Amino acid sequence: MKYLEIKNMKKSFGDLEVIKGISLDVEEGQVVAIIGPSGSGKSTLLRCATMLETMDSGELIYLGERAVTTGPDGKAVFAHPKQLKKIQSYYGLVFQNFNLFPHFSVIRNIIDPLITVQKKTKEESLEIGRELLKKMALSDKENAYPYQLSGGQQQRVSIARALALNPKVLFFDEPTSALDPELTGEILKVIKDLAMEKMTMVIVTHEMSFARDVADHIIFMDDGVVVEEGMPEEVINNPKNERTKAFLSRFLG
Amino acid sequence: MEWSVLLLKLGGGLLTSAEIFALTLLFSLPLGLFVAFGRMSRNPVIRNIVKVYISIMRGTPLILQLMVVYFGPYYIFNVTLPRGYRFVATIIAFVLNYAAYFAEIYRGGIESMPVGQYEAAQVLGYNKRQTFVRIILPQVIKRILPAVTNEVITLVKDTALAFAISVPEMFTEAKAIASAQTTMIPFVVAGVFYYIFNFIVAWVMELIEKKLGYFR
Repeated sequence: MKYLEIKNMKKSFGDLEVIKGISLDVEEGQVVAIIGPSGSGKSTLLRCATMLETMDSGELIYLGERAVTTGPDGKAVFAHPKQLKKIQSYYGLVFQNFNLFPHFSVIRNIIDPLITVQKKTKEESLEIGRELLKKMALSDKENAYPYQLSGGQQQRVSIARALALNPKVLFFDEPTSALDPELTGEILKVIKDLAMEKMTMVIVTHEMSFARDVADHIIFMDDGVVVEEGMPEEVINNPKNERTKAFLSRFLG
Repeated sequence: MEWSVLLLKLGGGLLTSAEIFALTLLFSLPLGLFVAFGRMSRNPVIRNIVKVYISIMRGTPLILQLMVVYFGPYYIFNVTLPRGYRFVATIIAFVLNYAAYFAEIYRGGIESMPVGQYEAAQVLGYNKRQTFVRIILPQVIKRILPAVTNEVITLVKDTALAFAISVPEMFTEAKAIASAQTTMIPFVVAGVFYYIFNFIVAWVMELIEKKLGYFR
């Protein structure tokens, strides 16, 4: 089943067209990595897909349910707020700079959305929260506050927070860019483990070797368009497009 | 004059000062939040009305505002209000004035919040009200506490302005005794009382700040 469908998405900021008609499908259990130079529109694509930005036109469909369609005037039409709320529960997002809630303890960060948004009981939420902390090897940090954790630990908490809501699709917006190189590994390992469990994920990343290892499908973006896409080995080891070649040569030498 | 009489009179005045202080905070702290929302409103009419209100409250002396609130009903509408209106007028003027200052402090705090906090809340499914009450407000309170402490301490001293319309607060009492007895002692004692009052206020605010020190 297609978990996510983006059709001909466009987005401009003023006169600057950042996304110039991008289409992509993500199947259940698929891991898609989006790579490309800074300013290529990767993050904007992710922000439009998670509705943090409003796309100008195109279609956005989760699990066959339409969040955004395009009207006859060519402008994006958003679904009813109630429907959007439901669709919003289908995906989670892990931010580059974590965005944990600093005034909540680690466990509270994870269970507060369960209690406040999903109206689960505290007991049930705690059970879910503790299970995820165990999975993230952070059980001993349950009552710590975000400022007391390393960047890697904070990012693991934010992944747990997103997973707690049981999303169908999990987005990552450069999840290791704010981390020291020695902390990057622990996050990449967590994402690899999730891939093994067949979690559907869309990852914007600068870690080329990681993208190659973890993704089923790689999309190379430049200047608001998909320049090249396909199996990781094809795109990364054997790029056909000149721009992809030039970009990758800087990473892989 | 006996010391006991002096202390009794000033003590009574201090009680009135404390009432003005407490009632002003009770009403102006929440009112300031609504004013701040008005100031940040997307509706330009609301936003500009609130802007003018804040500008007047900050741009004219509180003592003058107090006079307007107290004498206004008589001179503008020709209504005579009962004696007790002095105290009510004081509270109205103080609340209107302090709400304007608090509103600007709140606005500064709210606007200083990183946008990522809103985005995280949105993606997690919090609605606007939940986001503000559960995520934003607690962090804003911590951020603005030092600025609020400043205002609260100023308020203790500003209660003396009620002297202008003869509300029997501590400064009014001190002035009355000083004039009748041609002595400076009531002023000195009142000064000590104001200082102790503020010492306690500062101590309480420090406690609250410490209490909010559990996160950064």
